Amino acid sequence: MQIHTFLSPPAETARRHGPNDRIVMSSRVRLARNVRDYAFPGWAKKPERVKVLELIRPAVESLPEMSGAFSEAMDNLTALDKQILVERHLISREHAAKTAGSGLVLNREETFCVMINEEDHLRMQALRPGLQLRQAWNAIDQLDTALEKKLDYAFSNELGYLTACPTNLGTGIRVSAMLHLPGLVLAEHINPIIQSVNKLGLAVRGLYGEGTEALGNVFQVSNQMTLGENETTIVERLEKVLSQIIEHEENARQTLMEQKPKVVYNHIGRAYGTLANAHSITSKETMNFLSLLRLGVDMEVFPGTERSLVDELFLTTQPAHLQRKLSDKLSAEERDILRADMLRECLKNVGRPLVKKIEPRGLDKPKES
Amino acid sequence: MSSKKMCSVCKEKPATVFLTNISADEKAQKLDLCDDCAKAKGLDSNLAMFPFADTMLGLGASNEIESAGGGVEIRCPKCGFTQADFKKSGRLGCSECYTTFAEGLGGLLKTMHKGTRHVGKAPEALRESRDTAERIKALQKKLAKAIDDENFEQAAELRDEINRLTPRRTAKSA
Repeated sequence: MQIHTFLSPPAETARRHGPNDRIVMSSRVRLARNVRDYAFPGWAKKPERVKVLELIRPAVESLPEMSGAFSEAMDNLTALDKQILVERHLISREHAAKTAGSGLVLNREETFCVMINEEDHLRMQALRPGLQLRQAWNAIDQLDTALEKKLDYAFSNELGYLTACPTNLGTGIRVSAMLHLPGLVLAEHINPIIQSVNKLGLAVRGLYGEGTEALGNVFQVSNQMTLGENETTIVERLEKVLSQIIEHEENARQTLMEQKPKVVYNHIGRAYGTLANAHSITSKETMNFLSLLRLGVDMEVFPGTERSLVDELFLTTQPAHLQRKLSDKLSAEERDILRADMLRECLKNVGRPLVKKIEPRGLDKPKES
Repeated sequence: MSSKKMCSVCKEKPATVFLTNISADEKAQKLDLCDDCAKAKGLDSNLAMFPFADTMLGLGASNEIESAGGGVEIRCPKCGFTQADFKKSGRLGCSECYTTFAEGLGGLLKTMHKGTRHVGKAPEALRESRDTAERIKALQKKLAKAIDDENFEQAAELRDEINRLTPRRTAKSA
């Protein structure tokens, strides 16, 4: 089966809902594991990597969670397929660069994705919409427990699960959430927030993880330390920090509307104007404007428009998703034109943003008792 | 009188957590807290003590690995990986490398992580052996104390229990 027929349509992915998905776009927990007696993928020669893939792939495929899964060697995927998987946040950019000796197993529901021979023999991840770190941890914990019966993991009592990079040693866990924080960015509060989150031993990264830009005001927050504390402690700390960031974001939005409503309306109005009327637009520009459109939907200035429309566009306007629609290879300029055509078409039924009379109470902050 | 800063909340205990909160208008607000008050506020003092957690694998780290051999190149007997390879990639060659380069890695792990000893999940098959190893350690401590106290009856019992547990250990703990 081809990956593009396997993956659910973007409209469907955009409609996956979870708790707090107004701000938390998705949750993920990944575990790094290696099998004993084989060199790590970065050091192993190709025949050894192929052998490890042949050992691990059937073991992963045989798990009940993986029935009906998409399973493929990376050399059987085209560059476009791989890029689509990256845009869907199913594999890392590093894994997309792999060829022979690496593989991928993705379950039918797209809630589990296992990368074989990325930096470690196994990088298994559980994915959930919205804020569901605990659920994601429980899910991947179960999958890992089932897999440890089939594979002989490299583990030491002293150092835990042994990983290619010492930064992942111990639990091999990375707990992360993808956050949409336009309020904090507009209010220019984002940098102090990032700094204080860093001080707690957590990393803040851009849209596609390590070393990427925070396009579209989307940030990934994750743990850094993996040795010396257990998985639950790490998950709980992330939960605590995330709930604080959510609160800060809501506060920032509310304060902005109270103090600088014109600035906010100006941003949203210009974003709408460009997206709905441009005839050529880059992917970066699109992401940043879509972020503001999403903020506008959250603020109910686009009545009748659902957040899922924006989330769908977040995906379909990205280069590989756009390219897939056409058989001919497009140049970047041609893509920019096509992207603008698509945006105008998709947004033709979205009315101009309403300027609400500003109430003293401000925004629709969820009431908590 | 000690010159130690006292906790600004309870004003009784010395402060161990020093918080600087930079608000939206860039005004710094300082708060000194003792362990207990910090915990009550949901701040873990241990966390606050690791401000350099995001120090990843820097140059210093690889130098540490390199100097561990006292200038002599160490090569992993299992996979042939060397310190120079680590310096280049920041990754290790195989799981055995953790034993080969243990000396140089120790300091590195300390700066990188919360602790240097794994706590958390373990494969079920090994969990048993880990638990047993820990029990034996505890019993050996008790045994030493019993001998010190000349409580030989208890010592004999402890020795028997240790013997009973020991042959069951199949996996060699690293």
